[in-house]
Amino acid sequence: MMENMKSPRIAYGEALAELGEKNEKVVVLDADLAHATQTAMFAERFKDRFFNMGIAEQNLMGVAAGLALSGFIPFASTFAIFGAGRAFEQIRNTICYPNSLNVKIAVTHAGITVGEDGGSHQAVEDISLMRSLPNMTVMVPCDAVETKKAVFAASRIEGPVYIRIARPVAPIITSEEYDFEPGRAKVVKEGSDAAIFATGLMVAKALEAAAELENRGISASVVNIHTIKPLDVETILREAGKTKKVITVEEHSIIGGLGSAVAEVLIENMPVKMKRIGINDTFGQSGTPDELLQHYGLTAENIIESVKEML
Amino acid sequence: MSITQEKIEELTSIARNVRRHIIEMTAEAGSGHPGGSLSCSDILTALYFDVLNVDPKRPTWSERDRFVLSKGHAAPALYAVLAEKGYFAREELMKLRKTGAMLQGHPDMKGTPGLDMTTGSLGQGLSAANGMALAAKLDRKDYRVYVLLGDGETEEGQVWEAVMASAHYKLDNLTAFVDHNGLQIDGPITQVMSPEKIQDKFKAFGWHVIDIDGHDFKEILNAVEEAKSTKGRPTVIVAKTVKGKGVPFMENVADWHGKAPTREQAEEALKAL
Repeated sequence: MMENMKSPRIAYGEALAELGEKNEKVVVLDADLAHATQTAMFAERFKDRFFNMGIAEQNLMGVAAGLALSGFIPFASTFAIFGAGRAFEQIRNTICYPNSLNVKIAVTHAGITVGEDGGSHQAVEDISLMRSLPNMTVMVPCDAVETKKAVFAASRIEGPVYIRIARPVAPIITSEEYDFEPGRAKVVKEGSDAAIFATGLMVAKALEAAAELENRGISASVVNIHTIKPLDVETILREAGKTKKVITVEEHSIIGGLGSAVAEVLIENMPVKMKRIGINDTFGQSGTPDELLQHYGLTAENIIESVKEML
Repeated sequence: MSITQEKIEELTSIARNVRRHIIEMTAEAGSGHPGGSLSCSDILTALYFDVLNVDPKRPTWSERDRFVLSKGHAAPALYAVLAEKGYFAREELMKLRKTGAMLQGHPDMKGTPGLDMTTGSLGQGLSAANGMALAAKLDRKDYRVYVLLGDGETEEGQVWEAVMASAHYKLDNLTAFVDHNGLQIDGPITQVMSPEKIQDKFKAFGWHVIDIDGHDFKEILNAVEEAKSTKGRPTVIVAKTVKGKGVPFMENVADWHGKAPTREQAEEALKAL
């Protein structure tokens, strides 16, 4: 997998710059993190359509709302913790509640793979917060290629979109040709013994686990849930129905994120055996992304173990 | 610009109607915020009946001037002004805060013609106004953006994030009013958490500051003209006002911030207005 690696946040910057070329209504706002979120790539090319709001995330969201009300398509970027966390109420009350304003909240450095900066900077609650907001679309792309597709798709959705983008260099597991459709989960590997629903960087881990399981005679399907809201209920029920055993994997708290969303669907429609893999109701800490994924149990080995326990 | 006596009499008469609506609608609703609505009634009347380039028949006209009521709890005042201006029927006012009504407890732009922004959670309106003013500059449009903040509201940190940004981006198409009535729910602003001196703070952030009597139409309109001709920086008009203005038993009493008059109190208030 080493041959094709790229950071989703780099793809975000490139996608924005390309989108800026195609759509002159796109404007970008950042909160003094343009070189980390990569919005600087857009800023270099479209100086007059880029607004650095400084270290002031509450104002960032409000200004984005005002621009959206005037017909622009603002992408407001910062780290996930400061966007979904610090400015939660601004997102709720000046973006979503007014009239589902057309603001794209594209945040990077989500989850524990932020790494060395530690727990203060690792948002593991943001999916939960964002998916509870009416009319919000929540996307968690799994790699650099899908990130670009998500950015373009978000620009075509009329209404608020939250895009959760990862920081580290990560394997590319989707192809340029792949038809990304918001709200339509993608079965990336077929299987009959268990269904693994994964999101973000965990899709690659799930594929790795499924390949190893195959070697051991266990057939697991892997579904890329790139859109947490609206959730693809149909695909979830179909895959869960085939296997009657479900595992969810996310780089997010097991409370309120993908695991909870899938559980909500299953319990109302088709209760099956289920296990949630994610951050177990705790905060992150400093470390390398890989060490942290191991520490918190988010590796292919952890997924393999969970599948075997369930069978 | 000369302001005629006729204009002032017209505005005075409309503001009186607005104040009467505020009393009647909050009494009917049984809740709401009369104090801070009465204190900004003259400013809102001056804006909608002299300053703003708006057309009630085309509430979403792209060239219109924008207004954001950042102190959203003064919704009764804004609703009364919008009804007087013809955005919707006056009958709607008496349904304020009732289940299924168009007029929500705090301004909700989804269903109410004439509202340029949803507000209510304090400290957030100026940020949205910044975005609108930036948009006008980007689009090379001439419309102006007005926003009204409460003095207690300036205790919110986000206000100062926004104040910094408006000055940084030289938003001279943006004018803010501070309804400086000196009182918030728990008492005088200087005792609860003093934001004073508000004028000095705005000045330090790079704004042009004008001090006025917020119940004097001549001063309100002159200040707006001065703001329009001020280039390269935003203007704040700090308007000294009286909370509960026009209703003797409500004037300068913090308790009338968020309490509706009873039927008897409303009768007494209407006699005074």
